[in-house]
Amino acid sequence: MTKLPVFHEKKELVTPGDLLAEGEYTAGENTYKEDAKIYATRVGLVDYTAREVFVIALKAFYVPKFGDTVIGKVTEVTTGSWMVDINAPHPAMLRASDVLDRPFRSRKSDLPSLFDVGDLLIAKIVAYDRTRPPLLTVREPGLGKIVRGQLVEITPTKIPRAIGRQGSMVNAIKKETGCQITIGQNGMILINGKTPEDEQLAIMAIRKVEEEAHTSGLTDRVTEMLRKEKESDKNTDEEEE
Amino acid sequence: MIRIPTKKKSKKSTRKTDTRVDGRKLNELRPVKIEVGVLANADGSAYLEQGKNKVLAAVYGPKEVHPKHLAQPDRSIIRCRYHMAPFSVDERKHPAPSRREVELSKVIREALEPAVFLEYYPQTSIDVFIEILQADGGTRCAGITTAALALADAGIPMRDLVAACAAGKVDGRLVLDLVDVEDKNGEADVPVAFLPNLEAITLLQMDGNLTVEEFEQVVNLATEGCKQLYALQKKALEEKYVTVSEEVEEE
Repeated sequence: MTKLPVFHEKKELVTPGDLLAEGEYTAGENTYKEDAKIYATRVGLVDYTAREVFVIALKAFYVPKFGDTVIGKVTEVTTGSWMVDINAPHPAMLRASDVLDRPFRSRKSDLPSLFDVGDLLIAKIVAYDRTRPPLLTVREPGLGKIVRGQLVEITPTKIPRAIGRQGSMVNAIKKETGCQITIGQNGMILINGKTPEDEQLAIMAIRKVEEEAHTSGLTDRVTEMLRKEKESDKNTDEEEE
Repeated sequence: MIRIPTKKKSKKSTRKTDTRVDGRKLNELRPVKIEVGVLANADGSAYLEQGKNKVLAAVYGPKEVHPKHLAQPDRSIIRCRYHMAPFSVDERKHPAPSRREVELSKVIREALEPAVFLEYYPQTSIDVFIEILQADGGTRCAGITTAALALADAGIPMRDLVAACAAGKVDGRLVLDLVDVEDKNGEADVPVAFLPNLEAITLLQMDGNLTVEEFEQVVNLATEGCKQLYALQKKALEEKYVTVSEEVEEE
């Protein structure tokens, strides 16, 4: 049985409600199917495989997913848990039992001493169904309170671009700036460099990725930009001496 | 200060010419200008001018609902506020929400709800604010058109955009996109909100008198106007995107 054609070229810009395809395709990300017709739900670039039609959204907020690493801010401390803002429609919860090794006993433990309102932390999502707040853990290595570094926020849809294929983009930035970079799936990126200038370079690179995420050859352009910036920095340093 | 009254043409006669008070043809929309993403603090926003109307819309969410008792367990709720700025009309409008604004807020919310995938985000609310900065008839329609863009700009998944336009009967003739004087002096005003791809009406009101045949014609006229607005909505959403691509190519 032949499939009916799609109505747009690959990587064409579509808006909510645009008819993308008819027939035996699966409705992928940012699309929905009604009466064997597939429509877009967000503004973005349409793309398709032999079986699936999907849209790479231009802008979308973060929806929690099991296993995602996220960076959040503590907004509330209760008797048994912390509420954490992870830039999603629902705030996430970190249970005291996750952080303390022994069974939790109220009044004996002082939760604010571990994480207080306003603290930033890196965590992983261990549970999420739509009826309850997403559950976080900080038990794994690399997770926990953030004590130093700079935070950059980009729209969550561009995080995959910031990571790159098998980490190509983030590794390129790490190499050129010498910074440690932790990427949260919720659009928050933590940068830790040896000097503030290095961190600034990394931030510049990330901003560039965010603006030009939909273009090709970006990894090379970012690397080139970083090298040029470092050269000009070196020249100004030499002039000052 | 003495205001010299402008000479009003006879209202009751049926005109022979094809033009209206502002020189437009019977089925002509007012000139429209749209910009998307104009507010830094909102999750999504849009600004629209239609003739002398100036409308600003802002969207926040989906986010937690406060007070919690308003939350729905299986879907998000839309909270909509349609408000006219005190300086938007000739005689200063009192800032407090009038009965009309309360009703329009409800009616606009009901026009937007079918377009949004509320079931995706239970226990949350999507807050829509529509501020009329300058009013000249048809503001509830302009407000809906702007709010739909703000929702799309916020990245909230939608079944379709919503475009709204009014049509009616003025001086015995069926016209599209009534201006304030036409609305006040005419025989009927029919605002319509339309989902352009799904071809569904989400708002239909009438203020005045029409025969059944006239009503059908007026609704068709209004949906045609909505389709024209939809094309402009699409262009506005695309424009924001295209500028970035062009900047990249210049490098």
